[in-house]
Amino acid sequence: MKNILLLLLCSGFFSYAQETKDSLVPKDLKEVIVIGKKTQIHEKQSKSLATIDEFLDKGSKVDLVKRGAYAWEPLINSMATERTLITIDGMRIFGACTDKMDPITSYVEVSNLSEATIKSGQQGSCFGSTIGGAIDLKRSQNRFGSQQWDFALNTGFETNNRQKIIGSSVNYADSTYYVDTDVMFREADNYAAGNNREILYSQFRKLNFSGTAGFKFFTNKLLEASVIYDKATDVGYPALPMDVSLAEALITSLKYVVIPKSSLVKDWETKVYFNTITHRMDDTTRPSVPIHMDMPGWSKTFGMYSKATAVKNRHHFLANFNAFYNQSVAEMTMYPNDPNENLMFMYTWPDVRTLYTGLFAEDQWVFNCHSGLKLSVSAGSHTNDVASDFGLQSLQIFYPEMPRQKTRFLKSIAAHYNYHKTSWEYGFGLGYGERAPSVSEGYGFYLFNSSDRFDYVGNPNLSNEKSIETHAFIGFKKEKISTKISSSFFRISDYIIGTPDTVLVPMTIGASGVKLYTALSYATIFNVDWNSEIALSNSLKWNVGLLYSLGKDSNGNALPLVNPLSYKTALTFTKVKYNAAIECVGNTAQTRYGSVYGETNTADFALLNANFGYKWVVSGSKLYTKIGVENILDAYYTTYSDWNKVPRMGRNIFVNLNFNL
Amino acid sequence: MKTLLKYTLSLFLLASALTFTACSSDDSNPEADELANLTKFHEFANETHTIELYSHMGSLEQGYNEVALRIKDNATGDYVKNAEVNWMPLMHMTMMNHSCPKSAVEKVTTTGTLYEGYIVFQMAQNATEYWDLKVNYTINGTAYSATAVIDVPASTERRVNTFTGTDGTKYIVAYAEPHHPKVAVNDVVFGVWKMQDMMNFPVVDGYTVKIDPRMPSMGNHSSPNNVDATQVTAGGLYEGKLSLTMTGYWKINLQLLNAEGTVLKGEAITDTVLESSIFFELEF
Repeated sequence: MKNILLLLLCSGFFSYAQETKDSLVPKDLKEVIVIGKKTQIHEKQSKSLATIDEFLDKGSKVDLVKRGAYAWEPLINSMATERTLITIDGMRIFGACTDKMDPITSYVEVSNLSEATIKSGQQGSCFGSTIGGAIDLKRSQNRFGSQQWDFALNTGFETNNRQKIIGSSVNYADSTYYVDTDVMFREADNYAAGNNREILYSQFRKLNFSGTAGFKFFTNKLLEASVIYDKATDVGYPALPMDVSLAEALITSLKYVVIPKSSLVKDWETKVYFNTITHRMDDTTRPSVPIHMDMPGWSKTFGMYSKATAVKNRHHFLANFNAFYNQSVAEMTMYPNDPNENLMFMYTWPDVRTLYTGLFAEDQWVFNCHSGLKLSVSAGSHTNDVASDFGLQSLQIFYPEMPRQKTRFLKSIAAHYNYHKTSWEYGFGLGYGERAPSVSEGYGFYLFNSSDRFDYVGNPNLSNEKSIETHAFIGFKKEKISTKISSSFFRISDYIIGTPDTVLVPMTIGASGVKLYTALSYATIFNVDWNSEIALSNSLKWNVGLLYSLGKDSNGNALPLVNPLSYKTALTFTKVKYNAAIECVGNTAQTRYGSVYGETNTADFALLNANFGYKWVVSGSKLYTKIGVENILDAYYTTYSDWNKVPRMGRNIFVNLNFNL
Repeated sequence: MKTLLKYTLSLFLLASALTFTACSSDDSNPEADELANLTKFHEFANETHTIELYSHMGSLEQGYNEVALRIKDNATGDYVKNAEVNWMPLMHMTMMNHSCPKSAVEKVTTTGTLYEGYIVFQMAQNATEYWDLKVNYTINGTAYSATAVIDVPASTERRVNTFTGTDGTKYIVAYAEPHHPKVAVNDVVFGVWKMQDMMNFPVVDGYTVKIDPRMPSMGNHSSPNNVDATQVTAGGLYEGKLSLTMTGYWKINLQLLNAEGTVLKGEAITDTVLESSIFFELEF
């Protein structure tokens, strides 16, 4: 009896993972990037100890805006973090940097996570409102079982920036408890672009600790406490005018799971969480700054969600109630060259409190063994409140009638049809979603953008951004070949973007002007990607991927940060004990670029990468070795998503070792 | 609802208690209220009365000063409530004497003891040159007078400009309010006077004081939504709106325009003209 319930419990936990395998349930337009199990970071990855950013970069749906070697900002469907939703196990976390130097993916480590689920558009609205889609980073999950200790040691070295990686994990599980802990430390010097050109201020150092403890009481109830502590210091941002002296996060949660004994409700999971982030920018290491400034930011979030799944006849239901309360504060203190003068102080985020409560409901309606329909709706209330009088009065300089508080209602609805028979599969869907402006878009005060060199001022009067999307895919799969083409189209009305105000005088020394966030009547974004895999033999596979995006505003101008045609092809050879791969990735020249938005064109590039892995097994212990070379030809290149065209890393040889006891 | 009722009730009780105490005690309490936010900075006497001078800062300085005074009867120790008061500040220079812009002296409240007005010291004292203040007052038809030397040091920031306009007239433009500027849109009050002769400095009516706040330490950037200062009533001060986007040192560049819109003094700020010849300074 106990064992059966245990099985049920585990199946509840892994229902997500099984979703894709269950052909009865309509498929999402989603991509799952497997990062690894806790103790055994995934061997099939080309670089087992890659950063989260590198893992995401490998996927076909995510692109990353790079401001240096660290803390890349994910783009989904060519949309940046204002338009997307990034969660860690369903938890909302908000970066504390006004300049997007700390996307929340920078506060976790590969050792914390098992996979990243990327969903496109409204398919990703389970944990809140989104336009472009969602990334949910899933924490590793131990399972109850027979009493077992598990130790692992991970270490790595990269030659280009002398990155040193060391980490370990200790896990314990028995039939009623499990405890997982892991720690990882990375330290890197400046990297060198192609032809050995050193990129100054690209160093970083990061320490990450995580712990999870689960306790099963009764046979069908589980309580799990989890904590992640992440601290990065001395992080260089070569693309920006300043670096970061501290980026620190504490992410905590308490989860309660019940597997009800009813036949209707399959599992019910409730989580309360709290996270706090401190971020300090630092310009003291730069040789010449027109004026020294301190720019710290803080973000604290309390939140909860309660999620249940149920099955009745041909309907698979999912409901999620979620709420969060976030406080975002950022300051700027400038130190005049004359030390007798008073310091210049302002709030760049005026202590904005955001309260969101929303309900999401989904029905996966299975028509028959070939087809099904997925319907989802969500509604939420989103309130911003400016808690600082100082900050409110600052913004009232621009908006004299601005009230302290603003409440919005955010709605979404989506439908997706899926058909699958023998080798063929296709699906299409429609969706509508809304989002509230981000804290910077609504309440930012003189935020300097070093790419277009404008000071940005938020606009509390912005309307909700509204998106109508449609997507479709078609795929074919036989034993030796699988191929799939998918595309999505978004028409986003009241599209929020900064537009120059010629009357205003910029604050930042050297800035070209001031942009106020305003809404364009609409913008359109189109993405198409094609992926194929051909098994040339039992152990040899050939993959090809292509991605192309188009973005246009209502005036016919190209949007910035939109992917030109990019390609990726790889040959992978896999045997039980060893594997090897050779890969070619590149972009064609970016000929359509957002010149109106200060973007310039980017040349094409192509890279060659190779890696080799070998697994040694000696009396129960495993040593997995991965050696690889990235950018073998030492190309000097930059991509469309490199902030201020900062060149990417040149030739890099890495060695990753995973030792498992 | 219940709490609201409770609050109203307790407020009511508090108010009645205060009224009751005020009525039962002697007259020292309303006097104490009169002096809230004021500090006595000088006191001088003639044979019959002592004049007490008050200001917010507890001192005077070069520029616009709100000054309050009380007249104490030396014999009874009571404060005089029914005097007619005027004053004459005088600068004693080595070669000549002159006065400065000043207001009439008015009772603050009819029942109180305090008299108030403003004086604009367009220059500071120095080692050999000093200001004195003559207070003339009439009580029940009898005229009295008292004079004392007063301390008018230079202000740390520039708060007053004295200049000759393109029309050949000598003007004084001074900063009056706010005493404590904020990062916000500040309601500002300036004054514009002209020098009619050495002793008379009447208010100028119908002009405009254009303002352009700048931060010289931060690329000389400006701020949006400022409103030039204009006069609300003839004979009064000039009111405008001043946006300050951060704390620190601000230079408020000025241009004085006459009723026809002709610039009498001051320059517009451009990439090459970084400051006007007339300006105020604020630092907070």
